[in-house]
Amino acid sequence: MLKDITLGQYFPGKTIIHRLDPRTKIIMVVVYIVALFLAVKYASYGLMLAFLVSVMILSRISPKRLLSGMKPLIIIILLTGILNIFYTGGEHLLVHWRFIRIYREGLINAGYMILRIIMLISGTFLLTYTTSPIELTDGLERLLSPLKKLHVPVHELSMMMCIALRFIPTLIEETDKIIAAQKARGADFETGNIFRRAKALVPILVPMFISAFRRADELAVAMECRCYHGGEGRTRMKIMKMKLRDYVTFLIGALLLAGVIVLRHFGL
Amino acid sequence: MEHSLQAENLSFAYPATDGGTPIPVFEGLDLTIEKGSFVAILGHNGSGKSTLAKHFNAILLPVCGRVCVFGMDTKDEELLLEIRRNVGMVFQNPDNQIVANVVEEDVAFAPENLGVEPKQIRRRVDEALKQVGMYEYRTHAPHLLSGGQKQRIAIAGVIAMRPECIVLDEPTAMLDPKGREEVLQTILQLNRDHGMTVVLITHHMEEAALADRVVAMANGKIVCDGTPKQVFSQVEKLEAVGLTVPATTRLLYELNKAGMNLPLDALSVEECAQALKEALNQSSAAE
Repeated sequence: MLKDITLGQYFPGKTIIHRLDPRTKIIMVVVYIVALFLAVKYASYGLMLAFLVSVMILSRISPKRLLSGMKPLIIIILLTGILNIFYTGGEHLLVHWRFIRIYREGLINAGYMILRIIMLISGTFLLTYTTSPIELTDGLERLLSPLKKLHVPVHELSMMMCIALRFIPTLIEETDKIIAAQKARGADFETGNIFRRAKALVPILVPMFISAFRRADELAVAMECRCYHGGEGRTRMKIMKMKLRDYVTFLIGALLLAGVIVLRHFGL
Repeated sequence: MEHSLQAENLSFAYPATDGGTPIPVFEGLDLTIEKGSFVAILGHNGSGKSTLAKHFNAILLPVCGRVCVFGMDTKDEELLLEIRRNVGMVFQNPDNQIVANVVEEDVAFAPENLGVEPKQIRRRVDEALKQVGMYEYRTHAPHLLSGGQKQRIAIAGVIAMRPECIVLDEPTAMLDPKGREEVLQTILQLNRDHGMTVVLITHHMEEAALADRVVAMANGKIVCDGTPKQVFSQVEKLEAVGLTVPATTRLLYELNKAGMNLPLDALSVEECAQALKEALNQSSAAE
């Protein structure tokens, strides 16, 4: 039951999107998000959507896969939409029942909001789907390395992220085992109201935490044994190098941002 | 012969919890391990064998006495990295030693920490993976491999540092028989083909029997020390501290107690069968 968590999942491939430098992809996602928030109407949304769809096609990630990853977020998306329907004022009143007023502008606004959230999530999903977690943390570490001068523990943060990602499958496997063990002893996770069920989780969480701490301790010793002493003087096996395709991508990103700003200027 | 690891008059106690008295583990332990040898340290849980292992690469420091590693005192903090580079350590649970989520990245972890040149790291990683026979799996995710394979990756991660010596703390305790066999073969190969000093900590008699030398420990003291044949023939002494002997020795020992006269140092199944055959021939000839 825990196996279908797709957050941060990576689908290996050899497409041009997969092969881009992770730093390029991270920067592009930031550019994409900024552009998305600057977009106002049909034309700019159309431009953004065209960009998203072309990346999707280039990376051979099917829209079905993208949407299925969004399932856990559906409530948040809908809630944002509904709130926007009720809280947007305007001129064209459509429904007026007691204290509820729904305007045409509210519906349009809600539509845009939902579209924006879906596009936002799709963009970030495309990043994690086409970039292996290790590349991602590496890219982040290198992008943020100027912050080291301000004593931000960049290396430590990326090491933590890397280890967390490494241990997700191990801990999921362990949780499954603990659940099975508790079920074998008659634990009941499926019946009762929400409070009873939450209480039933305690016998899972306690051993989980104890084992996670024990693991952390052993891992720390094992890392010390392999001469880990922080980021100082550390080299990397794989060197990242920006290639022509990365520069072309940056150009596309700049054009996209410029396009959206121009369209915004004309209120489109 | 050159010494690689040397413990002199080693005393160690775990610090007390909640104001109680410290828990002593060793008092005045002496042990020297020769370069290029394969030594098995045998003992029960709580015999101090894992604690001893952690002294060899300065994870723990002696309270009294000293530990020398290739002439370097483990108390010297300046030499810490050099000591840890020279004495690689592999632990029981492979899952808790693997840092990265790609095999080759994990093997590269130690050389990366040592600041080795990227190209050189690549070479070392490939070499280490070939030595443990896991080269084909270099781009796999470790959590999808079997226990024995994961433990071999952990060994590769250590030998990528190019250590002189490798200490394995019960590396097979969590593995199935097949994984155990794989790991033991890898260890034997490292010792025989690459001349690496190997210290194998275990409570399996059969594993200890593979070594050149067996050191049996109980309650923080060395009970027996010698070749496997010498050690395992001291059946009473081992059993007094709760260690069992291999099934072959056990059989010969019981037969001797029943009045036969068999050599106790026939350790392998073949040797044991040979000894029994000779004894039977002799007795039938005597009749």
